Amino acid sequence: MKLSSTRQGPKLILRLSGEIDHHSAREIMSAIDERLESGPPRDCVIDMEKVSFMDSSGIAIILKTYRTVNASGGRLWIESVPAQPMRVLDASGIDRLIKISALN
Amino acid sequence: MKEQNSVKIEFPSISANEGFSRGVASAFAAQLDPTLTELGDIKTAVSEAVTNAIVHAYPDTIGMIYIKARVLPGDVLEISVKDRGQGIEDVERAREPLFTTGGEDRSGMGFTIMESFMDSLKVRSQPGRGTTVIMRKKIEKRSSVK
Repeated sequence: MKLSSTRQGPKLILRLSGEIDHHSAREIMSAIDERLESGPPRDCVIDMEKVSFMDSSGIAIILKTYRTVNASGGRLWIESVPAQPMRVLDASGIDRLIKISALN
Repeated sequence: MKEQNSVKIEFPSISANEGFSRGVASAFAAQLDPTLTELGDIKTAVSEAVTNAIVHAYPDTIGMIYIKARVLPGDVLEISVKDRGQGIEDVERAREPLFTTGGEDRSGMGFTIMESFMDSLKVRSQPGRGTTVIMRKKIEKRSSVK
């Protein structure tokens, strides 16, 4: 499984792991949808600490999650992004929409 | 003349092969002693090119994808990703950021990332005949540790 989640009151933390590409994207999207459908969170955090590779399929996952969370009045941010996924996020310009912090 | 190294692989357009193809590209590039950042860039660009072939060249069928990687003089890595799929009607438009004919699971950033992460990108395509993407990246010599 490439996704685990924790609810802390109104906050949902989604922890992604492994390689995120077109092959794994649908499964990850469905798993995120499932968690969002069970009650839209006020705040949603995507924790990417354990992501070993990400291509532009990850951008699509993040944008879809952003639209869902935003539509219900919530906020989304992305935490602990390793170097390779960070380069993909930087190239996409997605930081203009979503707050992103790198893995220290 | 020094012989330059090269490798060719071909595989069906099955998404499980995305990881395999970038793994092969990464293993081949390793002989040029790239940094982790350069290696990550090469893997990402290959992943984008192969995904495009799987999603757009062969949308309703399984076809073959051909990758050729070679080392050019001056420590330049060249990788071509070729398919014999449906081709691209308007290559310039396809290369625009955020343009996609895929669904909501595609971001339209594939060509933008290939361009950003490699030094050059050429796209040759003919509708009904297929597409070839040729990418080059110079691997910088690292200064020795003193």
